[in-house]
Amino acid sequence: MSTTVANTGTEDKTWGGGNEPLKASYGKMMMWFFIVSDALTFSGFLAAYGFSRFKFIDSWPIADEVFTHVPFLHGQELPMIYVAFMTFVLIMSSVTMVLAVDAGHHLNKAKVTIYMFLTIIGGIIFVGSQAWEWATFIQGDYGAVQTKGGNILQFVDTDGHRVALRDFVEAGEHERVQQEQKNGIWFVSEGSLPTYTVEEVIHGLEKHDNVLVRTQILNEHGHKTVLDRAESIKQLKANGKHVVEGANLKENEYGSPLFADFFFFITGFHGFHVLSGVIINIIIFFNVILGTYEKRKSYEMVEKVGLYWHFVDLVWVFVFTFFYLV
Amino acid sequence: MAHAHKLEIFRGLVKFKSNTQKIWGVLIFLTIITAVEVVLGIYKPESLMGHVLGMKGLNWIFIILTLVKAYYITWDFMHMRDETAGLRRAVVWTAIFLILYLIFILLQEGGYVFNVYDNGYIKRDF
Repeated sequence: MSTTVANTGTEDKTWGGGNEPLKASYGKMMMWFFIVSDALTFSGFLAAYGFSRFKFIDSWPIADEVFTHVPFLHGQELPMIYVAFMTFVLIMSSVTMVLAVDAGHHLNKAKVTIYMFLTIIGGIIFVGSQAWEWATFIQGDYGAVQTKGGNILQFVDTDGHRVALRDFVEAGEHERVQQEQKNGIWFVSEGSLPTYTVEEVIHGLEKHDNVLVRTQILNEHGHKTVLDRAESIKQLKANGKHVVEGANLKENEYGSPLFADFFFFITGFHGFHVLSGVIINIIIFFNVILGTYEKRKSYEMVEKVGLYWHFVDLVWVFVFTFFYLV
Repeated sequence: MAHAHKLEIFRGLVKFKSNTQKIWGVLIFLTIITAVEVVLGIYKPESLMGHVLGMKGLNWIFIILTLVKAYYITWDFMHMRDETAGLRRAVVWTAIFLILYLIFILLQEGGYVFNVYDNGYIKRDF
């Protein structure tokens, strides 16, 4: 690196600039300080999530009921399995990264190349998994009815198992069609309309004796409150406003819209870090192949991106705990 | 500096012969912790659902296990173990102090807002 910095001729003096009291190079130390500031940013987000959760402590969605899907295993309820897989992939790619750093210390170009490559693959698998997780979350599963007050009414059978709207509601002819730019006012459009109207849901509920309404409120055992039959129909008729399928920033079939907002924001911000980490890793990977660090006789650059990559893993460990476990 | 790794974990209980070996050892440890978390998360044993210090016992276990994982990622993967005490303290204590402060303020206020809603917009009736 000495070729990139002008010498001042005072390196031997205490304040001449040649000192490294923390025995770390400038670049590495700055990476650490960047990580501290980024850690504070993520802590801010997670603490804000905690704030909202404590604010709605008696009605927050139960993560185990939200994230139950695993690719290729359709229709099975497998909470935690896929996130555990994602966590393992990220930890594994952290391991290959630290192995690359170690190989760099021994100036072993071939090994650094292989381990960097594996790290990048791990990162890509993780980002892909996250995209799939988002798609599943956005698409939704069971559907729900939002009340005038913005709460969510879900449906269960008498055994307490969730029932999807498609299983008991029949869609009729709808007069209301989706407004698009081509068939209405040209500067106005809207998102896709729900499959069912609230009237159809009420009709379906009245026809099926075994379907009950479940509210957002958690009882003393930590389960959602299930209303009895008469109360179910009464609540739905009195307060049902529109049908929600899936989740977006405004509404969320799983419960409080804030849950979806924080999910998109925090995992999105983390996913963006992983993505940028993958891109930086690819740049370093090509530098390794080109022999840049071989000529420099130092693989410290690999160490620096390694720090960033481990940090991304570190953040995920916390996101995993606070979104999926606690 | 670059070649002088400390090869002990668990305060010297486990010693490794090389840095590569230590990395695999730490991976096994982290995998076990994650597996324990996932199993507890799926089965949620009833005996751990009692409240300790205002939160479910199980949640405290998750948070402590997370901090353990964070420690080993930082110390062994990010080589904090090999850095000087000055750098280590500057990074770790700064972050811990500020994060604890942030968490305290936000969770305290979140609980306050919940109570205000819960008691019909009256927090304390003097």
